[in-house]
Amino acid sequence: MVQELRYLKESPSQTAGPYVHIGTMPHEAGFEVYEKTFGNVLAGPETEGERIRIEGIVYDGVGSPLRDALIEIWQANAAGRYNHPADRQEKPLDRAFRGWGRSGSDRQTGLYFFDTIKPGRVMGRHGRPMAPHVNFWIVARGINIGLNTRMYFSDEAEANAADPVLNLIEQASRRETLIARREDRGGEVVYRFDIRLQGEGETVFFDI
Amino acid sequence: MVPVDELIMRDRNIHPPAFTPSYKTTVLRSPRLALWSLQNSLSEITAPLFGHEEIGPLDNDLIRNYSQGGGEPIGERIIVHGHVRDENGRPVSGTLLEFWQCNAGGRYRHVNDRYIAPLDPNFGGCGRTLTNDEGYYYFRTIKPGPYPWRNYTNSWRPAHIHFSVFGTSFGQRLITQMYFEGDPLIWRDPITLTIPDENAIKRLIAPLDLNAAVPLDTLAYQFDVVLRGRHATPFEN
Repeated sequence: MVQELRYLKESPSQTAGPYVHIGTMPHEAGFEVYEKTFGNVLAGPETEGERIRIEGIVYDGVGSPLRDALIEIWQANAAGRYNHPADRQEKPLDRAFRGWGRSGSDRQTGLYFFDTIKPGRVMGRHGRPMAPHVNFWIVARGINIGLNTRMYFSDEAEANAADPVLNLIEQASRRETLIARREDRGGEVVYRFDIRLQGEGETVFFDI
Repeated sequence: MVPVDELIMRDRNIHPPAFTPSYKTTVLRSPRLALWSLQNSLSEITAPLFGHEEIGPLDNDLIRNYSQGGGEPIGERIIVHGHVRDENGRPVSGTLLEFWQCNAGGRYRHVNDRYIAPLDPNFGGCGRTLTNDEGYYYFRTIKPGPYPWRNYTNSWRPAHIHFSVFGTSFGQRLITQMYFEGDPLIWRDPITLTIPDENAIKRLIAPLDLNAAVPLDTLAYQFDVVLRGRHATPFEN
C-alpha cells in the first residue's frame, strides 16, 4: 500500500441536450425570466477596437446545420489582454469589454453570430506571441462534452504563420479549418467561421 | 511566459467519448479525428467573471421566478445545494452556475418540446446563482419528472437537472446533469451511460439530504460539482 493522493475527480460531462437555451438564453427558448440576460453582443459603444461580426454555421457529419447548438466565445481586448486577473501582461485593460458572449444557432438556418471587436495578440508560452484569435466552446444535443476550438483571422497571414498553436497542427491543410474569411459587407466587417463537426474538412478541436 | 495557474490535464477516461452510438444523436455530431492537446496559454487559464449585480434576487428560486400572479408550480418542493470545488479540493468562489429542467410532469418550457405532458403556467425551469466565498451554492425548485425521448422507441430520461458551470478558466467550463438518488431510470438511460466509468456516474447522483430540508415545507438534495484543478508546481519550466 502507498499513501493516497488527495485529489478530487472532475465531475463528468453530460450533453447540454436540446433545451440548453432554457438555462442559458431563455428568450431563445421562447420566454423571459431574467432582468439581465447574456447574449452575442460583446462590444458596447465605449469598447476600443475594430468592430467586427463573427458568423457561421455548425455542420454535422452529413452537412446539415445544427439548429440547436450553443456557442460561446472568449477573447482578449483590442490590446491583446484578457479581462481576468491571471492575465498579468503589461497592456491596458478595457473596462467596456468583458470579452465573452454566447449565441444560439438560428432555429431555421443554424446561423450563429457575435458582434465584437478584433482582439490583439496575446503572449503565448515561452515568449512566443500568438496570432489574434477567438476561443470557441460548442455544446449541443449529441455533443457529450463541450468542444473547444479557436478562430483565427484571414487577414493576419504573417501572424498566423508564426502562431505556436496553429503550428502544432501537423497537417497544414487542417490549420485552414481555423481561419475565418474576412468579408466587407457594405462597410461592415464580417468574419465567416463555419465549424464542421465531422467528415470532410472536420474542424480542428483542442483538448485544452 | 508559462502561466502559473495551469490546469491539470483533463482525465478523458471519466468523461463520455464523443461517439457513443447508443445515444444516437452523437453519431453525426462527434468529431472523428483526435483532439489536438494544447498546453495552457493565457487563452485557456482565463475566463469571464460575473458580478452579483448581474443576478436578480429571484434567479435562484425556480418556485417563484416564473410565478404568474403569485401562483406556484405543482410538484415536490426541493432545495438543491452543494459546493463547487476544484480537483485540489479548493472552493471555486464567485463562479456562475446556471441550471435548467423540465417541470414535474416532464415537460420543458421550450418551443421545441412537444411532449404530451402539460406546461405548468407557474414554472419556467431555469435559474442561476454565484457561489459564495466557500464555493457554496443553493437554489429552490420543484423536482423534475422523467420523460420519454426519441432514441429507441421506449427511451426515458431519469429525472435530472442540467448544470452549466464556468469556473475561473475557460478550460474548466463544464456542462453536466444532476440525477436523484434512487431513480431506477438512471442505469437504463443511454445518455447517463455514455459515461464509461460507473464511479463517475455515481458522482452525478445527488443524495437526499434530510438535514438541509425545511421541516413541513421543502426537501433537500446535495449536489457537489468538481472542476479541473491546477498544477502546484514548485519549479517552473
